[in-house]
Amino acid sequence: MSTIGVVTFPGSLDDRDARTAIEAAGAKSVGLWHADADLHGVDAVVLPGGFSYGDYLRCGAIARFAPIMERVIESAQAGMPVLGICNGFQILCESHLLPGALIRNDHRTFLCRDQDLIVENNSTAWTSDYEVGQRITIPLKNGEGGFVADAETVARLEGEGRVVFRYADVNPNGSVNEIAGITNERGNVVGLMPHPEHAISDLTGPGTDGLGFFTSVLKVLV
Amino acid sequence: MVRVIVDVMPKPEILDPQGKAVLGALPRLGFGGVSDVRQGKRFELEVESADDATLAEVTKIAETLLSNPVIEDFTVRVDA
Repeated sequence: MSTIGVVTFPGSLDDRDARTAIEAAGAKSVGLWHADADLHGVDAVVLPGGFSYGDYLRCGAIARFAPIMERVIESAQAGMPVLGICNGFQILCESHLLPGALIRNDHRTFLCRDQDLIVENNSTAWTSDYEVGQRITIPLKNGEGGFVADAETVARLEGEGRVVFRYADVNPNGSVNEIAGITNERGNVVGLMPHPEHAISDLTGPGTDGLGFFTSVLKVLV
Repeated sequence: MVRVIVDVMPKPEILDPQGKAVLGALPRLGFGGVSDVRQGKRFELEVESADDATLAEVTKIAETLLSNPVIEDFTVRVDA
């Protein structure tokens, strides 16, 4: 059975939900500790949401230098699937595994709501169970979710089809081109601000639209 | 000991919501004449001496950890 690791940093919040989502998709989840320098043989890694290291300095800036991130960065560069959700997305940008950065929401308030997204790319390791153009509803909750990058980087992301998700209807945080999530050139690393792990059950979320992330990756790992 | 100052500022083209919030508060407090506010961070690093090697090291620290070059610029100077 495929195993997917979820890293817990001091201040991570959604590591438990990420593990639940992985199990719901039919994989085995493994808890990874920020201070470990070992991925314990997992086949993929999720960097969960929260406020790693209190978001001190910049969101994700300290977590990027956690011992386990050396292994995560190496493995991601070698093709291992890595998903960064919210704070995990911020960590991936700080790690330069993904381009750009996340800054404070343009309206300056923390926003928590069920957000509709449009799937733009279903050829990544984490999105093959979706259709291009599909509309999905996933909770969004952050204070610093504004995606920014220089014009050249944005043009490259758009040109290479590396925008994976776009916010539908409204831009909730001032992200350039309504970008909600992006991928690296290889398609194994995906980062997004909304939380698919909170949308895996009708009982606890807006539906089950988030489960596809975790079922998609299993196809790559088989 | 010598103090080296690293100032980190959001790049001019990057929206600075915190600076905007401060700017918005000024007229409410009766302060006029300020047309823009940008908010950054100041780091004070205590070092043995401010020789070229140390300043090069501090510059490395500034670009690796203290700032994110995607969204921020920094300057390094020795505290007079």
